[in-house]
This record gives sequence, structure tokens and C-alpha cells, in this order.
Amino acid sequence: MPPDFIAAWLNKNEIFTAMTIMEYWDGMVTTVQLVFLCLVIGLAFAVPLAILRTVKNPFVSGPVWLYTYLFRGTPLLIQLYIIYYGIAQIPGIQQTFWWEIFREPFYPALLAFSLNTCAYTTEIIRGAIVSTPHGEIEAAKAYGMNWFMRMRRIVLPSAARRAVQAYSNEVIFMLHSSAIASVVTIVDLTGAARNIYSRFYAPFEAFIFVALCYMALTFILVFVFRKIENHLLRHQRPAGS
Amino acid sequence: MFDLKGYGPELLSGAVVTIELAFLSLALALVLGLIGAAAKLSNSRVAVGVATIYTTLIRGVPDLVMMLLFYYGGQVGVNMLSDYIWETYEVDFFFQFNPFISGVITIGLIFGAYMTETFRGAFLAVETGQIEAARAYGFSKWHTFRRVMIPQMLRHALPGIGNNWQVLLKTTALVSIIGLTDMVRVAEEAAKAERMPFHFFIPVAFVYLVLTAGSELFIKWLDKRANAGVIQET
Repeated sequence: MPPDFIAAWLNKNEIFTAMTIMEYWDGMVTTVQLVFLCLVIGLAFAVPLAILRTVKNPFVSGPVWLYTYLFRGTPLLIQLYIIYYGIAQIPGIQQTFWWEIFREPFYPALLAFSLNTCAYTTEIIRGAIVSTPHGEIEAAKAYGMNWFMRMRRIVLPSAARRAVQAYSNEVIFMLHSSAIASVVTIVDLTGAARNIYSRFYAPFEAFIFVALCYMALTFILVFVFRKIENHLLRHQRPAGS
Repeated sequence: MFDLKGYGPELLSGAVVTIELAFLSLALALVLGLIGAAAKLSNSRVAVGVATIYTTLIRGVPDLVMMLLFYYGGQVGVNMLSDYIWETYEVDFFFQFNPFISGVITIGLIFGAYMTETFRGAFLAVETGQIEAARAYGFSKWHTFRRVMIPQMLRHALPGIGNNWQVLLKTTALVSIIGLTDMVRVAEEAAKAERMPFHFFIPVAFVYLVLTAGSELFIKWLDKRANAGVIQET
């Protein structure tokens, strides 16, 4: 049984009805979808880009550097605006099937977020690749591994261990950045809160509730990444534990 | 050379707003960070608890949600407070919350939490021998903090402060959402009115790029100076 004051408050509250809870729930689903998809896309492109970024030839690593520099040096909000407002201005796009996709605000936002997180992830993975102990690579060469096998078996797994902590920060950062999707009319968690705020003029209820939702999502992510980290670094655990 | 359709002066004053906002919030964040780090490293359980709750709360919630809460909630809160003061003391007290103030408070609070972690790590990197020596010379706690710990911790804190500053600079773009006419807001209005998104957003993005690149160089220079007395292994 909840204490009386909570029961009394719940009885006279008009904001947290089934309707608004559903609205928050739909918002949460959108947020999770958006963040999950952009992280998967971003990571998938970041691994090859990070490898290209470590290549000695400046004509290969230069463009990747420029891409990460541009996307890390400007606010995500501007990138979102450029893509969201800019796509409609590409001449001829409104006649192609792409227009059917990009007319929905979800996809321009997904594109902007993916490009942004891919740039940050590329730099994280590059840092991890560059700091691979030289001996590991020498040993792999001594075993006669070619470049591809060395990458797959030695460099990337070892880089993953060094990158996972920074990457977990990037994931949480992306979850928090995804709140700006609400400015291009996407009803994510923040968008739901803004709608409910303007309907009831109740800033504390609307925004503190989403803040708690985001916090719950953040803690879940922290927990999951701690598990992953423990798994990847299990060989470093002291013996007998 | 570049036709801004008459939005040039507005964009420029928007850029000034962005820079003012960034520096004021940085100042607030540094102060809060120092207080937070001092609290986290103190012996008082209450102080440690409050500082831990502060950093955990801030790092769990998106900056935009915090900003909306402070902007919309701040005014309602102030109104409630002024009603209360009027009813109990009959003093007329009113305070108008504007987007600039809520922006500074929110960004300062958010980055204060990150600065707390930066400063905490930096304080821990100061050798205990230094603190013991200061105490042995009869320095009071406050004196040790101000004369020994702060100067020595700054060197370790500088890279972290630099990173936080770069993120802070980009976070200032969010104040355009709560209606402050910074350069992002001006560009958005211009882009909508002229139907030329690339034409207005790309120059603004470029200004941010110049600001971040410039501060990167400045931080490198500061770092070099702060580490002047340290032998660096290469």
C-alpha cells in the first residue's frame, strides 16, 4: 500500500492518466528506436573508417579526418537542421522515391544522428587501434598472419577492449543528444513531454517525469556496458575471483 | 563576397550572444566544479552525498530536458515563490526568467557536474607529500587548498577543462530552442524565410568550427605553459 499522501496525490492528479502514459511510452519507443538504429549504423561505418584513418597515405586518411573534424567541431543541432531543411531543397528529390522516405522527420534525424555518432566513434576506435602495443603486431607478423587476419584476430579485438569505455560514454551522450529530435517535430520522449507541458501547463510534472525516464535508460545502459566491459576484460581479473 | 540577404548584422549579434553565453556558463561551471570537487573530497558525509547526487542526476538527464525544465519550470517556480513572499511578508518580489539566464544556469549546472569529476581527478593527482608539507609548515586547511592544491591541480585539470569547454560550446546551440536569439536561431529564421537552409546554416556551422578550432589551439598553448616545469616523456 502506498502512503496516503501518494494515494491522495494520484487520485486528484489529472496529468498522469492512461492517455498521457501511453504518449510517454510511444515517445520512449521512438527514442529507443532512433538511438539504437543510429548507433548500429554509426558503429558499422566507424570500424572501416577508423581503419582508413590509420592508413599512412594522406589521400586516404585525409578525407576521413576532415569528415570527423567537421562533424565533431559543429553542434549536432546545426547538422540536424542542415539535413532536415536541406534535403527538401535538393533539386529533383521530390520526384524520386527518396522523397517518400525523407519526408518523414524520423529519417533525416536518423541520418544526422548516424553521421554524428559515426564521426565520434571513428575517432574512439582510431585511438584504440593506434595504441595497440607494437609487440602484439610483431608477434602476429612473426606467426605469418597477413594484414587482414592481423586486423581481424589481433588489432580489432584488442582495440575493442580499449575502446569500450569511451564508447559507452558516447552511447550515453547519443541518448541524451537524441532529445533534440523533438525540435524537428518528432514525438520522442522529450517531444511527448513538450506536448504534455503545453497541454497542461505543468512544467514540473512533464519534464521531471521524462528526466526520470532518461535516467532509467541511462542506468540500464551503464549496467549493460559494465557487463560487456567485464566480459571483454575478464582475462585481467585477478586469479581466483 | 557572401550575400547574407541582410541577415548579416543579426547573425553577428547572435554570434556575440553565443560567445557571451558560453563564457558566462563556463565561469559558473568552473565555480560549481570547484565546490563540487571540494565537497566530494571532504570528510563530511552530507557534502559527499549531495555532490554525488548532483553529478549523478545531471549526467543521467539530457541537457535539452534540463533546459526546458529550468526555462518553463523556473518561471513557474519563481512565480510561486513571489506569491509566497507577498502573502507572508507583503514584500513585492518579482523576477522575470529569460532564456539567456535559464541558458546560463542550465549549461553552468550541467558542466559544473562534469567539471566536478575533472577537478576531483586532478586534486587526487596532487602528491600527498605536497599537502603534508604544507600542513607541516602550519598552513591552514583553506590555505593549503588555495596555495598548494589549486595551483598544482590545474595542470592535471587542464585537458579535462578543455574537453568540457569544447562540448559546452556546442551545447550553447540548444538555447535557440528555448527562444534565445543566438546565431542558430537567426539562421533558422532566415533559412525558413528565404528557403535557403545551406546558405545560412553552413556559415553558422563554420563559425562554430572556427571557435572550436581556435580554442583547441589555445588549450594546447595553455597546456604547454602549465606543464613548463614538468619533464615530459615522449
